[in-house]
Amino acid sequence: MSVNQEQRTIRCLVAKVGLDGHDRGAHVISRAFRDAGFEVIYSGLHRAPEEIVQAAVQEDVDILGISILSGAHDTLIPEIIDGLTEYDAFDDTLVIVGGIIPDEDEEELKELGVAEVFGPGASMAEMIEFVRENAPERE
Amino acid sequence: MQERSQGDDAEHRTGSPDSDGSNGPGDDSVNPLIEDLLAGKHRALARVITKIENRQPGYRELVSQLHQHTGDASVVGVTGSPGSGKSTLVDKMAATYRERGETVGVIAIDPSSPFTGGAVLGDRIRMGSNVGDMDVFFRSMSARGSLGGLSTATTDAVKALDAFGKDRIIIETVGAGQNEIDIVKTADTVTVLVPPGSGDDVQMLKAGILEIGDVFVVNKADLDGANRTVQELREMLDYRDGGLPRTVGHHGADAAGDVHGEDDGTETAGWEPTIVETVADRGEGVEELLDVLADHRAYLDRSGEREKQRRARYAEEIRTLVREDVNELLAAEIEHRGGIDSFVKQVRERETDPYAVADDVVGPIEECLSERRE
Ligand code: B12
Ligand SMILES: Nc1nc2c(ncn2[C@@H]2O[C@H](COP(=O)(O)OP(=O)(O)O)[C@@H](O)[C@H]2O)c(=O)[nH]1
Ligand SMILES: [Mg+2]
Repeated sequence: MSVNQEQRTIRCLVAKVGLDGHDRGAHVISRAFRDAGFEVIYSGLHRAPEEIVQAAVQEDVDILGISILSGAHDTLIPEIIDGLTEYDAFDDTLVIVGGIIPDEDEEELKELGVAEVFGPGASMAEMIEFVRENAPERE
Repeated sequence: MQERSQGDDAEHRTGSPDSDGSNGPGDDSVNPLIEDLLAGKHRALARVITKIENRQPGYRELVSQLHQHTGDASVVGVTGSPGSGKSTLVDKMAATYRERGETVGVIAIDPSSPFTGGAVLGDRIRMGSNVGDMDVFFRSMSARGSLGGLSTATTDAVKALDAFGKDRIIIETVGAGQNEIDIVKTADTVTVLVPPGSGDDVQMLKAGILEIGDVFVVNKADLDGANRTVQELREMLDYRDGGLPRTVGHHGADAAGDVHGEDDGTETAGWEPTIVETVADRGEGVEELLDVLADHRAYLDRSGEREKQRRARYAEEIRTLVREDVNELLAAEIEHRGGIDSFVKQVRERETDPYAVADDVVGPIEECLSERRE
């Protein structure tokens, strides 16, 4: 294949942050995204917010998907968003969240700039569709 | 997270001897993205690599502007079968370079799933030793279904890291086949991981990787069979080069055949492939490995091999690009003249023949070139 032919692919970071050992959801999502043709980088368990920021910036992902079932989303997610902002990476990264997030917290996260929250039972097709439709347009 | 010293870097760049050169044919203005990259902005570096990977319109201009800022980094290729411990080792190598005050760039290549084009890039998971240290820039890349293009993309991404100012660049790739070998061959030093007694290690070495390795790492030296693997490897390398390879590593200098022909001062002997034992997950043997890599760099400089390597590579790079460009030009020309199918039809109906078609398509280009030359 030609070296010059354009080959764009949606890149996603699936991130587990904090002391949260629930990784089934993250694995399921990683595989589903892969099968949808995305390139997925999985962070692994127990990452600090700054590690997630480092990975999102360096890998230049279109989508940062944070999977969190520990209940610590209200402190960890703002830290990640601040870090992305610090590196000028927040504006053109789509941040989505999955896991156990109470409704009232969902609103708060959205105010911070999280594009969507997906809870237990969210359909794969729906999530993939959302990513395809909302992946940031980049020059 | 510490931001790298941006001021320093910018100064270093403007002070470089050839910074007054032009930025490629017909255009003297530096692309703002490249400006940001040279100023030490991580986001810009990341985005340049994305454009390179995507082959996005305009990426060629970016890479040509990078070129004059390259040439200072050393590039190590790390290859070996899946699970041999490459990513774990790369993580520890990066951390050790950082302890020595050097900055690091890593390109980790994972093959993508051939059916959907999607991939889970799993190398980053092992990067646990460099948490929040932005002076280790780690980037995962997939094959995107075109391994041929991948070695070009890797070369270009290495240029971006080099121009950014990384001292040490590591390329991790699975040593599976010819394409991967082509990728790892773009490194100055090729390191091959051989885990003990894995059965497929010998298979892999047969695939031509034995020939290109400068340094062999028997990783997982904590496992049974490590000594035997070192022994087997030494025999194979002995056969390859007709000289005894030296061995260093976490088991110390107990192994026979240690430090063979290293300090005898004669440079005609060439480089002895060196075996290093490591336990990557515990970081054992990593210092020794980095010392051997430094030895190899010194050897490349002393012997004039580096010069030869560079010349051969630029020649290959130019040839590849010219070939690709001409191919594209000709594909467009064929399309313009009604497409390959219409030529095939004419050939089948004996109205013309393949040679005549080729002459017909290429002839005008030849004419145009010879006119220009005069
Ligand atoms: C299985 C499970 C475990 C397993 C985890 C195994 C593993 N390796 O994952 C084990 C037994 C280890 C476990 C332990 C604990 N658990 Co538990 N666990 C569950 C349980 C029953 C199911 C979770 C699960 O795997 N679901 C299946 C996956 C596929 O669904 P999912 O993760 O929700 O993902 C879906 C969506 O959320 C979304 N999604 C998720 N991530 C992402 C990411 C992206 C990018 C996107 C787009 C979407 C997305 O898409 C997925 C598909 O629909 C839940 C209850 C529940 N029904 O959710 C409790 C639950 C999560 N656990 C809970 C608790 C409290 C614990 C423990 C603290 C219990 C204890 N006291 O010891 C420990 C903590 C362990 C730890 N280190 O963190 C609580 C959390 C409460 C809270 N957050 O307020 C829950 C909600 C149970 C409850 N009702 O109290 N647990
Ligand atoms: N016992 C042992 N395991 C190791 C060593 N180095 C790496 N591993 C493990 O080998 C597995 C594969 O490692 P990874 O770095 O992902 O291999 P890669 O596929 O070659 O990149 C992981 O579970 C590592 O923890 C080692 O020196 N000894
Ligand atoms: Mg790996």
